[in-house]
Amino acid sequence: MAKRVLLIEDEPNIIQAISFILSRDGWTVDTHADGATAVAEVERRAPDVVILDVMLPNRSGFDILQDLRAAEATEALPVLMLTARGQKRDRELAERYGASRFMTKPFSNAEVLDTVRALTEA
Amino acid sequence: MIGFDVLVGVCLGYVAILFAVAFAAEQRAQRAEVNWLRSPLIYTLSLSIYCTAWTFYGAVGYAVRSGLEFVTIYLGPTLVMIGWWWVVRKLVRIGRTQRITSIADLISSRYGKSNLLGVVVTVLAVVGTTPYIALQLQSVTLSFAVLAADEGTTLNPEDLQTTALIVAAGLAFFTILFGTRRLDTNERHPGVVTAIALEAAVKLIALLAVGIFVVWGVASGPADILARTEASRIAAWQPDGARWATLIFLAAAAFLCLPRMFQVMVVENADERHVAVASWAFPGYLFLMSLFVVPIAVVGLQTLPEGNPDLYVLTLPLALGEERLALLAFLGGFSSATSMVIVAAIALSTMVSNHIVMPIWLRAGDPGAVVSGDVRQVVMVSRRVSIGAILALGYLYFLFTGGTGALAAIGLIAFAGLAQVLPAMLGGIFWRGATRVGAAAGLILGFSVWAYTLFLPSFGGTFIMSETFLAQGPFGIAALRPQALLGMEGIDPLVHAVLWSILLNTAAFIVGSLFSFPRPLERLQGAQFVNVFEHSANPRGWSGGAAEAEDLLIMSQRILGSKEAQALFRTAAAVQGKSGDYADITPEFLETLERELASSVGAATAHAMISQIVGGSAVSMEDLLAVADETAQIMEYSLRLQEQSQELERTATQLREANEKLTALSIQKDAFLSQISHELRTPMTSIRAFSEILMAGSTQEAEQSRFSSIIHDEAKRLTRLLDDLLDLSVLENGQVTLNWQDADLHDILERAVAATTSMEGQPRLNVLRDPDAESIAFTTDADRLSQVFINLITNAQKYCTAEAPELRISVTQAGDGGGVHVDFVDNGAGIPRESEAVIFEKFSRLSDKSQAGGAGLGLAICREIMGKLGGSISYQPSEAGTAFRVILPQREAQAAE
Repeated sequence: MAKRVLLIEDEPNIIQAISFILSRDGWTVDTHADGATAVAEVERRAPDVVILDVMLPNRSGFDILQDLRAAEATEALPVLMLTARGQKRDRELAERYGASRFMTKPFSNAEVLDTVRALTEA
Repeated sequence: MIGFDVLVGVCLGYVAILFAVAFAAEQRAQRAEVNWLRSPLIYTLSLSIYCTAWTFYGAVGYAVRSGLEFVTIYLGPTLVMIGWWWVVRKLVRIGRTQRITSIADLISSRYGKSNLLGVVVTVLAVVGTTPYIALQLQSVTLSFAVLAADEGTTLNPEDLQTTALIVAAGLAFFTILFGTRRLDTNERHPGVVTAIALEAAVKLIALLAVGIFVVWGVASGPADILARTEASRIAAWQPDGARWATLIFLAAAAFLCLPRMFQVMVVENADERHVAVASWAFPGYLFLMSLFVVPIAVVGLQTLPEGNPDLYVLTLPLALGEERLALLAFLGGFSSATSMVIVAAIALSTMVSNHIVMPIWLRAGDPGAVVSGDVRQVVMVSRRVSIGAILALGYLYFLFTGGTGALAAIGLIAFAGLAQVLPAMLGGIFWRGATRVGAAAGLILGFSVWAYTLFLPSFGGTFIMSETFLAQGPFGIAALRPQALLGMEGIDPLVHAVLWSILLNTAAFIVGSLFSFPRPLERLQGAQFVNVFEHSANPRGWSGGAAEAEDLLIMSQRILGSKEAQALFRTAAAVQGKSGDYADITPEFLETLERELASSVGAATAHAMISQIVGGSAVSMEDLLAVADETAQIMEYSLRLQEQSQELERTATQLREANEKLTALSIQKDAFLSQISHELRTPMTSIRAFSEILMAGSTQEAEQSRFSSIIHDEAKRLTRLLDDLLDLSVLENGQVTLNWQDADLHDILERAVAATTSMEGQPRLNVLRDPDAESIAFTTDADRLSQVFINLITNAQKYCTAEAPELRISVTQAGDGGGVHVDFVDNGAGIPRESEAVIFEKFSRLSDKSQAGGAGLGLAICREIMGKLGGSISYQPSEAGTAFRVILPQREAQAAE
């Protein structure tokens, strides 16, 4: 059974790009664009990997990550964080709140693919 | 002829008698057998230390040089004693009720026990008195030399100095012996006073004897003397009015202010009633002292025209072979000199010790010693050392100026110096408004002017001031010449100096007092000094037995706290030998209680409170005023504290706010940078991702085309963003060049609408306009203005939520310089109220970004452009939909119509 990725991102073009890359590699990709309902969406879909953007409408990716880590069902869930702000502080926060990996936009497609694979194989 | 040995013998014998008298008086005082010692006669005679050797010998010389001017020296004190005896009486009363120990203490105590003032007056007194002591040493030495030289053995200057040294040492010994025998809080010295009273009698008898000898022995009676006077140059003397008045004033002031006069007149006074007797008896004494001055001068001039007129009293009898009379005259002069030196040394040592040595010792020393009995020992030693030091100072001054200067000149300089205390003293006892600041300002200024205009110039250009300095002023400034201030030339240097110093002193005193705020203690002391007769009518101390111990305890508990108050009462009861909680209400206990209360609520309040309960003495108006003063002072103090804490709080708030602003600024800057980063990276992410997808190949043709167009759009978005950023940056930094040109509003709007509606893929928007109203010609940068309009129209296209989006552009001319209003109102939902404030900020995109396609810089750019064009853009919250108003300035609409 194909492994499932939940992509939480609000930029339509980026959603298209990541979905395309992962689908072509055999992943099932679900997408979600709203920060406020993101945690519920994760619980509902129970994906194998989450790709989480930092700057989302209505709620920050960091807050979402903290909620995920606080809940028993998702505390060990692999999460790859993406940010476009490119600041050191974002990387620090991501590490502190327990992101499995952290990546700055723009990323290379291969890098995303490798990272998602690595996160599920571990 | 008088032998040298005889002379020394007589001196020693006389001194021995003085010692004996002083000793006997002390013994009697000790045994409280004070009857005749405390007589008005002794008091009056003791006042005669005013007549020093200067008066005894110098008056004759003065008369020879300046005719009747010498009378002023006697007239001053006479006027004070006859006309102003009530001033003296007030000083005496204050001196006793306040336990004043010296004139420095008087000034210090009056002005809130200010030690600064005590020090100033002490220094002034020492500086003013030292020449005077030197003068006495000189007169004794000279008279000694005259008597000894007459015998054939001339004394060389070294011997003279040795004589002066022996005299100084002897006087120091006597003063220490009788001046510091015991430490009396009243600072009274019955032994010394009696001895100087004896000396006063001796000098009067001696002068009268010489006078009688001259009138009836040399001349043939008063008629002969009058005739001789007529013939002498003394009769030809013309008085100088200004100098005459100045001298009388100086003598009067000195009589009140000289430390030694204050000592005998106020400190040594045993009974206030003695002042009444002295008020006529002392002028009588002065009259007798001055009676024979002119006859002696006249006869002296005729008999010894070459001799020193300052010594006629002595040389005249000698020249006429009356050795015993000469010896008596010598003893008179000796008495004058020694009595002055002794009393001056006592007065000065008290001042030096109390106001300079003790404060320093107490500050520097072991605080534990204060409680033990050591202090008394230290005071004793400091007094004795001070006496020695003062006489040593006098002796050194004598060595320094040895034999120069007429006696009277030095005396007058000293008078003028000490007269500087007068304003602070009289103001202090008659004016409640006088303050410490005023007194200090007056004293210091007056003393400085005195030193500058009289004391330093008196050395004739040999000490500190050079002759050129005297002649041309400091740095050649003529207006500052010491003896002609502000060009006041041609008047007597003494008159000049007294006029300036007293005038400036008084002015500084009054102005300083009016413009400064007295401390509570100053007010209290001021009231007690000025109203001394009311205050002391009821002798301080408590007599009434009507008080209930319980009432007192209740009141005390309120102030001291119940534990302390009860302990105080119990302790007092124990001291009285009683058991229980209530002490007997004895005067001693009431005084103790008052002191305890005073330390908590202030002296005046404590006194008033006890007065009320004891009922023995009513609470006076002054008491109430003093209480009010204290309360006001305390309130003012707490108010000031409150103000200070408020001020601190304000400062802290300001600091906090400033810090917040700084933090906000740096946060804003960070936020701006991370926004730019985000806005740039987002399209770049898409571009990179799709480029890689395309590069990898193996995509279908439809996908290829779709991805290419995404790349194309995102590249355009990136370009637009960079353009906007650059635009904004240029506008914000003010480096923009505007292309001012004549334009028509209608044309610009037309262009903007055309540009927006022709854009591909834009949602349809119905733009409603009124071309007639738009026809306004003016000067602007048409491209920039149309950029603003395009932005507003595009925003409406993007964000208007109505089903049939509509934008109404209306133009109105506001009158009275309001400019031209261009309103853009759509029929959408408008902007949420909470967002209104931020829409003109950078990156303040409100809605979903995918729909907007911009980075949120548009309105920020519009605001900058309108600012540059001299107009404005604002959001109009009252309108139904989203409404923006662009205002074009009036001056650019001048070409309208």
